[in-house]
Amino acid sequence: MASMRDIKRRRSSIQSTQQITKAMKLVSTVKLQKAKNRAEETNPYFDYMYQTVVSMLKRSGTIMHPFLKAGRSEKKAVVVITSNRGLAGGYNSNVVKLVTDSAWKKEELQIYAIGSKGREALERRGYSIAADYSGVIDAPGYEDASAICQAVLSAFQKEEIGEIYLAYTHFKNTVSHEPKLMKLLPVEIDAEEATAREDSGILMNYEPNDEEALDQIIPKYITSLFYGALVEAVASENGARMQAMDSATSNAEEMISDLSLKYNRARQGSITQELTEIIAGASAIS
Amino acid sequence: MAENEKMFQVRIITPDRVFYTGEAEMIEFATSSGQIGVYKKHIPLTTVLAPGAVIIHEADGEKIAAVHAGFAEVLPEQVTLLAEIAEWAAEIDVARAEAAKKRAEERLQAKTADIDLARAEFALRKALTRIDVKEMK
Repeated sequence: MASMRDIKRRRSSIQSTQQITKAMKLVSTVKLQKAKNRAEETNPYFDYMYQTVVSMLKRSGTIMHPFLKAGRSEKKAVVVITSNRGLAGGYNSNVVKLVTDSAWKKEELQIYAIGSKGREALERRGYSIAADYSGVIDAPGYEDASAICQAVLSAFQKEEIGEIYLAYTHFKNTVSHEPKLMKLLPVEIDAEEATAREDSGILMNYEPNDEEALDQIIPKYITSLFYGALVEAVASENGARMQAMDSATSNAEEMISDLSLKYNRARQGSITQELTEIIAGASAIS
Repeated sequence: MAENEKMFQVRIITPDRVFYTGEAEMIEFATSSGQIGVYKKHIPLTTVLAPGAVIIHEADGEKIAAVHAGFAEVLPEQVTLLAEIAEWAAEIDVARAEAAKKRAEERLQAKTADIDLARAEFALRKALTRIDVKEMK
């Protein structure tokens, strides 16, 4: 059995770790609330944006637009949204896995990293990083999303890349977050949703004309997806960290009670031993 | 309820919030091909917004806001403006807009190689829109 002093030291070290995880949990709970409200406020914009683009594209079969067909380049751009900080359970590695487990070859990917954890992990595995926007994850704004969108779209238009994907963590609710890989360009719309919308029977007119409207609206659509993904990723990050820290705190609790038991047993053992020694000594004298 | 028959739903949505929802008799806004006014039962139309004022004619008065970029979807019973930036006339800080206007103009005048022309132009347009909207009120 370990000595009393060792157990005591171990227990106090776990106690201080527990204090840290408890504090981190509280912090991320507060941050989660904020991020969650923000994600909820931004939702109507994306829903509407998505609906509009769906309804535009379902009747755009005849339009030949560069955004609607794959570029000639073999390269694929993947925008990977992770966090700048760890201690969030599987949050970062789940997103990285989306990329590494995919069927794509390393050589054909260009990574646009948002969040240094994802960038580091992918860099280590030998992926090429085209750009790094890790600074924006702390306070993502619409302008940030717009800047990233412009960078990716200009690469697309120069035919440096042929397809654009987005890897991020979808925020379902406080306890469930789901890593998601989305294809952004060329735009693909769920066939089911497209027909559902078609039933409404509205014939839409576009001004100035279809192509120009698409020219304007697709970049906005992509930007809004980036922004939505950023906001959701921040909420998910804090949710994941809150959960991770919650389980760390309860694990620490368990270990502390286990060690306390051991400590008390060791203390009682040493008292018993001392008593036995004294009694044995006394009986030897008499 | 004769009056209510003229009313239709108006929504202005920005990435950060639902800016406005309500009923209006008429709404005016600037599109890339000019200023338009929309009454109820307009033909379905999707159009790109130009920076400018949005005037919402409600049953009891007008509301003026500035929008800077985005697009609008017009349906017979409902108009939705998806704007990247939108603000009420009351929220606009004229002094700041004037300062931004001056700064942008200086940048455009200087035309040095290291400035982003498109950005300066956009900033100028934003400032001008803000000042216009404030003056309308």
